[in-house]
Amino acid sequence: MSDEVSAEILTTHILDLAAEGKRLDGRGPNEYRPITVEPGFVTTADGSALVRIGNTAVLSGIKLEPGKPFADTPNAGVLTTNAELIPLSNAIFEPGPPQPGAIEVSRVVDRAIRAAETIDLARLCVTPGEKSWVCYVDIHCLDHTGNLIDAALMAAVSALCHATVPAKRFEVAEADYPLAVNHIPIECTFVRLGDAIVVDPTFDEERAAQGRITVATDEVGRVVAMQKGLVGAFSPDDVKDVVRRAFRHGERHRVLVKGGTP
Amino acid sequence: MGSVGAKEVPVLLSPEGLRIDGRQLNELRPIRIQVGALHNADGSAFVEWGANKVMAAVYGPREVHPRHLQQNNKAVIQCKYNMAAFAVDERKRPGLDRRSQEISKVIGEAFESVVFAEEYPRTSIDIYIEVLQANAGTRCAGLVAASMALADAGIPMVDLLPAVAVGKIAGKIALDLKKEEDNFGDADLPMALVPQSGRLVLLQMEGHMTEDELSQSLELGVQGCREIYEKMKQALRERYATGPIGGSA
Repeated sequence: MSDEVSAEILTTHILDLAAEGKRLDGRGPNEYRPITVEPGFVTTADGSALVRIGNTAVLSGIKLEPGKPFADTPNAGVLTTNAELIPLSNAIFEPGPPQPGAIEVSRVVDRAIRAAETIDLARLCVTPGEKSWVCYVDIHCLDHTGNLIDAALMAAVSALCHATVPAKRFEVAEADYPLAVNHIPIECTFVRLGDAIVVDPTFDEERAAQGRITVATDEVGRVVAMQKGLVGAFSPDDVKDVVRRAFRHGERHRVLVKGGTP
Repeated sequence: MGSVGAKEVPVLLSPEGLRIDGRQLNELRPIRIQVGALHNADGSAFVEWGANKVMAAVYGPREVHPRHLQQNNKAVIQCKYNMAAFAVDERKRPGLDRRSQEISKVIGEAFESVVFAEEYPRTSIDIYIEVLQANAGTRCAGLVAASMALADAGIPMVDLLPAVAVGKIAGKIALDLKKEEDNFGDADLPMALVPQSGRLVLLQMEGHMTEDELSQSLELGVQGCREIYEKMKQALRERYATGPIGGSA
């Protein structure tokens, strides 16, 4: 049987189950798969974390290098986020320049980090207009079984929380110091399956989905980013509902990112 | 190569003949092999070798992309070796560079030498190697990981391909160089062995060695490969002794 046909059958089955309030893996509509966060996975990085949501695995590594601030923000450091959706992680990804999917993940994660003022860019400035730190957030998707965005942001933020500024190595200061993290954004992704809106979609649920919505919240009660994706629609009430749910999940996941148990 | 600020040449060999990490000249770094580490790939393996961390995945036999590479009498073997930006001290720019392309080519050719590609005409066997943390010898670690991933995918092969690099530090031939030894050593000679036939399907060399040193290196390398081969077989048995690892997505 071809992939297309089996995917079609699976989609029908997933939608039938959703109508009864059930999911293929037995979870409830508002239930995440088990999450683990492993900071310091890569010792060559200045900060790193491996995050697993169920079988989805995303690794993020931070590198800080001295560089030049942008002309329009001479008093701030530079932050760049890059996600690599590599063919190792799923047959849908091909080698070569980033596909729209990878660019979307990069940008949605980047937006949450920026909007939440996760790192204080002013403190990454060394000499205004001349020298500042460039903070590279590289995200490597290892195993894609759905919900990359949530895993990618958790990995990125956990890596930032555990990052060190290599000031001694680059002869900028006498000693290395921890990267200052202000706020911790957490993204929470939902998909529509018929009338149901379920959290933390698996790969098959994403394929069956009639719309996807991601909400990023921080610990001081702000929604800092949102992204609607895929073909489909959400009513304003749907959006209010997912925002409320996102805050609750965010609280729990933030503890994991900092390195505790929820 | 070389980390920022590390300009002094370290003492690579102590008066007692021990290396910077306390190893003997013919001693391997610790190796841990986990077969079936990923869920989407047809076969996969994660190798931790000293401070190297390398993931490999195999997809296929499957349709050939791009189509024109398709061969009517055998499978094409496509290998992609890639290094994460954060895998080394100075951030590596993401994407394909000349080094990665060359390594991809020689590793792909090594596997073409042992895989029964004629069993799968008009298909592609795609091998992906991702270096997540690098500390010298990543192509060998990648080869070992890919070899396990191919076996995990059930691709018929003549044999597994153990691989190791031999080098020269402080005038002595040494097995399995780590980063400092590679950066400040005199030679580097990675190789991959077909244990069944005793032949090498990957061999590269950079640096300088005398003829005697070279033959000594080859002997040491083959011995190292045989040691790794045992670990590879062990890892494969562990994977299939207890049934499949992992569960549903």
